[in-house]
Amino acid sequence: MFKSRKSVSIAAVSVVLLAQGALAAEEQFFPITSYRVGPYGANGQSFFGGFVDYLNYVNIKEGGVNGVKLVWEECETEYNNAKGIECYERLKDKAKVSSGPIHPMSTGISYALIEKTAADKIPMAMVGYGRTDAVDGSVFPYAFPLVTTYQMQASAIVKFIKEKEKGSLAGKKIVFLYHDSAYGKEPIVALQEEAKLNKFELTVIPVAHPGNEQGAQWLQIRQEKPDYVVFWGWGVMNQTALKAAQKVGFPREKMIGSWWAGSEEDTVPAGDAAKGYMSATWNVAGKNVPLISDIEKVVYGAGKGNLQDTSKIGTILYNRGVSVAVLSVEAIRKAQEKYGKGKAMTGEQVRWAMENLNISNARLKQIGAVDLLPEIKTSCDNHEGSGQVKIQQWDGTKWVVVSNWIEGNKALIHPLFKASAKQYATEKGITPRDCSKES
Amino acid sequence: MQFFLEVLIGGLLSGVMYALVALGFVLIYKASGVFNFAQGAMVYLAALSVVGCMEKGAPLWLAILLAFVIMTLFGIATEKFVLRKLVNQPPIALFMATIGLAFFIEGLAPMLFGSEPRALDLGIVDEPIPAILDAWGIVISKFDLVAAGVAALLVTTLALFFQYTRIGRALRAVADDHQAALSIGIPLQHIWAIVWGIAGFVALVAGLMWGARNGVQFALTFTALKALPVLIIGGFTSVPGAIVGGLIIGASEKLAEIYLPPVMQSLFGGNFGGIEGWFPYVLALFFLLIRPEGLFGEKHIDRV
Repeated sequence: MFKSRKSVSIAAVSVVLLAQGALAAEEQFFPITSYRVGPYGANGQSFFGGFVDYLNYVNIKEGGVNGVKLVWEECETEYNNAKGIECYERLKDKAKVSSGPIHPMSTGISYALIEKTAADKIPMAMVGYGRTDAVDGSVFPYAFPLVTTYQMQASAIVKFIKEKEKGSLAGKKIVFLYHDSAYGKEPIVALQEEAKLNKFELTVIPVAHPGNEQGAQWLQIRQEKPDYVVFWGWGVMNQTALKAAQKVGFPREKMIGSWWAGSEEDTVPAGDAAKGYMSATWNVAGKNVPLISDIEKVVYGAGKGNLQDTSKIGTILYNRGVSVAVLSVEAIRKAQEKYGKGKAMTGEQVRWAMENLNISNARLKQIGAVDLLPEIKTSCDNHEGSGQVKIQQWDGTKWVVVSNWIEGNKALIHPLFKASAKQYATEKGITPRDCSKES
Repeated sequence: MQFFLEVLIGGLLSGVMYALVALGFVLIYKASGVFNFAQGAMVYLAALSVVGCMEKGAPLWLAILLAFVIMTLFGIATEKFVLRKLVNQPPIALFMATIGLAFFIEGLAPMLFGSEPRALDLGIVDEPIPAILDAWGIVISKFDLVAAGVAALLVTTLALFFQYTRIGRALRAVADDHQAALSIGIPLQHIWAIVWGIAGFVALVAGLMWGARNGVQFALTFTALKALPVLIIGGFTSVPGAIVGGLIIGASEKLAEIYLPPVMQSLFGGNFGGIEGWFPYVLALFFLLIRPEGLFGEKHIDRV
């Protein structure tokens, strides 16, 4: 009788403790400002589908990060700056308690949030877009243009062309055809520096938004007879450019686009006109990346997949969403290593982690994400962490990688960021941190 | 000179594409005296209906036919559920209704047929015609010529329809005064349903040409942006005016895009270009100042 009373007591205490444990289970919040409808909704569906699928994957496969469950809330921005700010304001209270990095996925929204996120101590990642001089973390502690920037990308594209031209671009002619916006204009300064260094002739030709009419620009290109066209398009501008290049007979094999002009959404609508076209990318397409096939098996197998249209799994933008989620989750792991495993991390703690990321190929292999990302090593004075891209080519049905990782000319490009960040600091009255004292 | 001609011809052919969209606006304006804000969205819906039906296995001809049915039903539904309630209301009320309609279509169309950009192959290659290229060194695409032919046919048919049919005349009467038209026995609801149906057909033709050219995607709704200056120049009530306005806008914006930036750079320094986004509107503003009714529009005179 006594024994059974004791057993009951132990069981009761255990239940209470378990219940308390369950109540106290930590949750790591991710504020997601996404766009799945509106003009760029198709791109957003793939990207954010990949992002959310990876968070789910970590929850299902590992039970979260060291037991901390990943939770998130999405707010629809429609790629609209005003709505982006509204979404941020709606999500920030939860994010102030614990927060993974916020990914605005829009240069306009990220510019609008750069000061707000710093004031609220919420780290903002701008992977492949946004304010590129935030590479200098001494001025922008909470902003991270991770993986690579427009300028480093442009520089890497020049390096790729140079390799194709047997090591010299002297006397060659390159046209830079760009979306007439902050996004399109960012690489001009880098290309001008590269033109001086490599002695090629650079002609810049803008295209007015939205870019669904490019007849005049391509006639001008036809007249210029360039050796290559470096192309910075977005949305409908991409398909229109490919069709217009076909119309004037410019070879698509001599046309290299940015990573926002290099997804299936850009090439499929252009039909045969896209065949041979190349673009930069920091993530490969396809399901042969082990992580992608495992996500499909684990997450969609459990009926928790985020995409209704599962044919998007393995596309460039889906894989890119996964790659960005990998970065975010690795930042949470890193933060937990320093501030306590099994605890939810605050924005401030995650910020530290993002500034001290060290994702090696060995780690990428463990995750199953080799080629989904280049190696990343960030620091206070380098919030970019890589600066590498691959070049891929559209074979008519799929993207095929045609280069190894190519790093832009850091010695040439990074001083440009420094100079721009310094000017920003002066304008805003910011005293830059001393990066030598950061650890 | 050869380059100038090339730009000019390319601009004129682009203008035809603008005119295709502008025609839809003219039809609705003639029938109800209102600027149909939803015309761009209708172009999107029509093109998306075609590729959506093709994805379900329909051949191109059947997909076009089904899209026509969808657009006609849409026109009838618009009259029944939106316009009928607004008879004899101020034009601004109708205009606001079309804004709502535009958002409704932009949400509905991708829900029905998906939002990912898709190719539309009409079997017409968008490549330079070799004979013209060899003889004169000028790039003229086969696709653009077909588009010009389609636009010419459409304009001729519509112009004859408005001028010589009973429905055409009734339509013009309705545009002048809803109440007066009703009082003399013109069936306003039928007329509006017919016109919205025809506007749907015009949107389908524009959607097919624009969709084949740039892919079928949300950005088709932006085609309406260029229609506004076309209408201001050609006149809101003139079918041939839409074509002439389109040609003027197309040619002038392309010539401006090529020849203005060097002049502006020499005057002000810096990097100019990408001006075809705003140039048509400046030109339209200029026309508004000197000829507010447009080149072919009806002069509006009110008795006091």
